[in-house]
Amino acid sequence: MAGVFANLGNWVNERAPGLAPFYSKHMTAYFAPKNFNFWYYFGVLAAVVLVNQILTGIFLAMFYKPSAAEAFASVEYIMRDVEWGWLIRYMHSTGASLFFVVVYLHMFRGLMYGSFKKPRELVWLLGMLIFLVLMAEAFMGYVLPWGNMSFWGAKVIISLFGAVPVIGDALVTWIMGDYLPADATLNRFFALHVVAMPLVLLLLVVLHIFALHEVGSNNPDGVEIKKGPKGNRWSATAPADGVPFHPYYTVHDLFGIGFFLMIAAFIIFYAPTFGGWFLEHDNFVPANNLATPEHIKPVWYFTPFYAMLRMIPAKLPGVIVMFLGIALLFVMPWLDRGRVKSIRYRGLGYKIALGLFAVSFFMLGAVGAGVSAETIPVWFGADADVTTIENLFGRFWTLVYFGFFAFVWIYTHFGLEKTKPVPERVTTHD
Amino acid sequence: MTKPMMTSPFRSLLVRGALALVSAFGLAGVAAASGGGGLQHANISLGDTASLQRGAGLFFNYCSGCHTLDYMRYSRIAEDLGLDPKDVEEHLIFTGAKVGDRATNAMSAEHGTAWFGKAPPDLSLEARSKGADWIYTYLKSFYLDPSRPLGWNNTLFPNASMPNALWELQGLQVAVTSPGEGDGAEPVIEGLEIRDPGRQDAREFDRTVRDITAFLEYVGEPAALQRTSIGVWVLLYLAFFTFIAYLLNREFWKDVK
Amino acid sequence: MANDVVVDKGRRRFLTATTAVVGGAGAVMAAIPFVKSWEPSAQARAAGAPVLADISKIEPGQKVTFAWRGLPVFVVNRTEAQLAALPGEDSRLKDPNSDNADQQPEYAKNEHRSIKPEWLVLVGICTHLGCVPDFFGEIKPEPFDPNWKGGFYCPCHKSRFDIAGRVFDGVPAPANLAVPAYHFVDDTHILIGVNPGEKA
Repeated sequence: MAGVFANLGNWVNERAPGLAPFYSKHMTAYFAPKNFNFWYYFGVLAAVVLVNQILTGIFLAMFYKPSAAEAFASVEYIMRDVEWGWLIRYMHSTGASLFFVVVYLHMFRGLMYGSFKKPRELVWLLGMLIFLVLMAEAFMGYVLPWGNMSFWGAKVIISLFGAVPVIGDALVTWIMGDYLPADATLNRFFALHVVAMPLVLLLLVVLHIFALHEVGSNNPDGVEIKKGPKGNRWSATAPADGVPFHPYYTVHDLFGIGFFLMIAAFIIFYAPTFGGWFLEHDNFVPANNLATPEHIKPVWYFTPFYAMLRMIPAKLPGVIVMFLGIALLFVMPWLDRGRVKSIRYRGLGYKIALGLFAVSFFMLGAVGAGVSAETIPVWFGADADVTTIENLFGRFWTLVYFGFFAFVWIYTHFGLEKTKPVPERVTTHD
Repeated sequence: MTKPMMTSPFRSLLVRGALALVSAFGLAGVAAASGGGGLQHANISLGDTASLQRGAGLFFNYCSGCHTLDYMRYSRIAEDLGLDPKDVEEHLIFTGAKVGDRATNAMSAEHGTAWFGKAPPDLSLEARSKGADWIYTYLKSFYLDPSRPLGWNNTLFPNASMPNALWELQGLQVAVTSPGEGDGAEPVIEGLEIRDPGRQDAREFDRTVRDITAFLEYVGEPAALQRTSIGVWVLLYLAFFTFIAYLLNREFWKDVK
Repeated sequence: MANDVVVDKGRRRFLTATTAVVGGAGAVMAAIPFVKSWEPSAQARAAGAPVLADISKIEPGQKVTFAWRGLPVFVVNRTEAQLAALPGEDSRLKDPNSDNADQQPEYAKNEHRSIKPEWLVLVGICTHLGCVPDFFGEIKPEPFDPNWKGGFYCPCHKSRFDIAGRVFDGVPAPANLAVPAYHFVDDTHILIGVNPGEKA
């Protein structure tokens, strides 16, 4: 039996000699630092979620009807009439939200350990592009059920493009293909969401991983293992602190994936709407262009950026600030000139700044989601001036968010950071 | 061999901070939902098939004349609630539909709007958009109001176009008011009370409304009955798989020092 | 730095195999909902429900077509002359005794291939490649058969069937026209899709 496989292997090898070296380069001879921790699971988890979205998405597309007249009913058809349709739908909607949980944590890891710094700027830029495409993909996917939030979310987000000077209004009409989000909009979003964006996403993910493998992975100590001593128990020439990705990290990731799937399964089977955060209550009402939902807000993963938009009292500046919130992440490698990569050895200032940055992201999310608006009367009394208090709160945290970038630039450009000595070898705690 | 998650002091700071913030918002959220939202607790149980069956009967007798369940097939109701399709056809279908059909009716949107001011909405997903507590409270909150076209108003949904379809069971409920503050102010509604008793007392009527609410919750997501029971097995399997994967991982990492 | 780890290869193989088997089983179980989603949905099943056919207006010698599961179902009110001609056709047919059990339920495995002799119920799909055959009920010579005793003629590839739906020798169709499940609810109504004594 083994002989059959060996013969098959030889047959392929003679005709595609590059395959075996490719496999070893990226798996068995890709030496990753041996000190990966919990934060290093999120890359592979993102890949797992991507596969889930594609598989469940393909099957949903077999039953979904991409027309304004039939879309909403077709989703209920999937939920009720298609055998196991409800499960496929919930896997897709839960996957969409978990995608962002995983991706945000993955990005945060990059900020903590300096994974965006030289020589990994390209990996970071590709990752940021993936994030942008993912946001577009999620936005368009949310429109497809054609519920009332689908419609009004589409209207609000597309109207942001109206802020562009001169061509704004024409641009909005061009995007919609009509004078309001309509059948034309839905049809093109379906094509983009099911075909175009997934292809772009797959390409970017492949490039992202290739770019990483070119320079090798970072690690929680920010120590470049390629610059350290050579020779380990698997190879005399590989970094001493590296382990072959396969089998050590494939096996490690398998455990992480199992645990992650348990969380996902719990949500899918016991809390698929996640209290209205993953599947919003207002979206169980068909799209109605004459009745806006009482509390219009985007899905949770867009809320921090939506809050930034709302905190600026003018349309174009608001849009610019919102996009700047993402754009500044792109240029982190050039804002942060600190030589020390990992937060473990960086100055106290950076630790505090990053912590506040994370808190601001949550606080802005609460503002964007309307949670702060609901909580303010509870804390400040029923006749509190909600708008003023919320504006104060939201603007404060917007300043903290952007302050992070300003701080990092000042801190590192003017040599204000006091770092700790970085060890030569990675640290592991037994 | 264990690995540190993050350097200890920073991590615990982050975790403590996060927990504090989450609980602050969480508590506020809970406070808002229970008393502050003004909704009564429906306390429905989807596992109580008898309740769902009663609810189905009540819905089709008192509600289906105006409200459709456009996405719900009678045959599915029969299957999930343990009813004989023949019985469903005989006692629940008043429109001449077949048991495999969906529960629509003959009222067009135009007629509905003309007769009631607003066409009675389809209720298939009412429980998913408004929630069980809202439906429960709404059905109990009608009161006589001669100023309204159909003589009824509702404290949860002021100036609703719907009359009290369950008045025979609940009885005639009126608003208990106190004079408003200031000159010419509207009277303030303090509460509701039954003026003329109906066929059911308060406890029976609560059960009636609970049954209808439970039925509508079921109609909102018929798969809910299945998904919780399958979920146990999926989680057990995944726990087992994760455990095996953990053992495998630990075994291989013995190589790494 | 020397590694003094003794690799227990047996345990490693066992754990790897176990993980693979458990994981594989999980993958198969996960695939089941996706495969099953292709089965006819509740909507398809509702549309495929039995059809109650009113046969009271069908004249002797006349054929009426009913739709059932997207298929044409022929109901023919056969005349005495048509029924009398049936035995004489046996020598020209591929399967005169309806031996092919796939083509009709037990109760239609008889000379007239039906419950009541005069009422023929057939699925009007040619057993060759699926066209809908034309009805030629009259007993008179036809261009395709000088000894025609009534039956069905398929225009696509010239297959012929007698007035009990039995296929002729020398034509491309391999089998008799199928008889669907059906029964008489009363003298004037046939329920297509349900065998006698069966629940709908």
